[in-house]
Amino acid sequence: MITRRFVFGAVAVLALTPLALAAQDKVEIVEPWARAALAGRNSAAYMTIVNHTGEKDELISAATPVARVVELHTHMMEGGVMRMRPVQAIEVNVGEPAVLRPGGLHVMLINLTRDLKAGETIPLTLRFRNAGERTIEVPVQAAGAMGPAGHGHGHGHGHGHGHGHGPRN
Amino acid sequence: MTLWQRLGVGLATAAVAGAAAWFFIPAWLGPPRSEPVQVALPAGITLGGPFSLIDETGARVTNETFRGRFMLIYFGFTYCPDVCPTELAKMAAALDLLGDAAEEVVPILITVDPERDTPAALAQYTDLFHPRLIGLTGTEAEIAAAARAYRAYYAKVRTGQAPDEYTMDHSAFIYLMGRRGEFVALFNPETTPEQMAEAMRRAISASPRVSKMQPQGGRT
Repeated sequence: MITRRFVFGAVAVLALTPLALAAQDKVEIVEPWARAALAGRNSAAYMTIVNHTGEKDELISAATPVARVVELHTHMMEGGVMRMRPVQAIEVNVGEPAVLRPGGLHVMLINLTRDLKAGETIPLTLRFRNAGERTIEVPVQAAGAMGPAGHGHGHGHGHGHGHGHGPRN
Repeated sequence: MTLWQRLGVGLATAAVAGAAAWFFIPAWLGPPRSEPVQVALPAGITLGGPFSLIDETGARVTNETFRGRFMLIYFGFTYCPDVCPTELAKMAAALDLLGDAAEEVVPILITVDPERDTPAALAQYTDLFHPRLIGLTGTEAEIAAAARAYRAYYAKVRTGQAPDEYTMDHSAFIYLMGRRGEFVALFNPETTPEQMAEAMRRAISASPRVSKMQPQGGRT
């Protein structure tokens, strides 16, 4: 039932940000994607995490059946040298989405059990300290993609077209 | 500190670390924030030189193999999930932007992880990014020599107990080398494919192909 309050709220979030369209009282995963990679090698998953819960949360771990180990990582660029290091958690503050993207924070999928091919989706379970576990379907883009389908400088070789936006959970 | 003192410190640090590191292209060579296109080298500093490595087919290749064409070189490794795909994709996108002129450029990935990056592994990996991207590996000494010539930094970082549980720190520059192997331009992670393509276009038109120097081998 559409209440007056709902309408007011919907208008308010629309005015704030289009990302908040699917806003509910939870942690929202926007446009997740991962890069195609070879079995035995590593891949990375990226996404934007929006916190609608009203309290600070953090992503503390992740898991997927397609990788033997999954870690949260970041990159530090020091004098032209890229140093990739694990992080304990990724903070997701209210009103401050956590952006996981190439060259920065990412969910590293280590030692893939099989090839990840552009065009497929893989399940990824995210564990938040407060919001608990969320399992999402992550579309796989080309190995050289720079963003979710339809964004950025994606490179086309072997790219699976046809995806719109990733699922909004 | 003078430049050479700083270089000395860099060398000493590398030696102390015992890593396969050489003095590399550090932050003070970085471009001004407003001009991320190319990294300027101080006077007297040059990059590049002879190398002797193994290509994806297991064949020995040297800098002479690619003489007559430009080389677009990146040092990375196939277990690299984030930065290497980003930079290799940029190289591929820049080549696509060049159109037919891209034929004048040989894109090359030199691994900094020869322990795991066999020719076969590199062949599979490079195909993910560009059909003409060539992966080069070699012995530890050969890789170290190539990295030294290009002042590329790399170091193994252990991530677990098992022998293969490690990642590589490495410099993330892309080098454009000329038809005779000479240094032309250095790009950093802030350089866009468009900027890289423009730099290549300029370099190619400034150095037209010499008909006697038709590229011979090395093409995959």
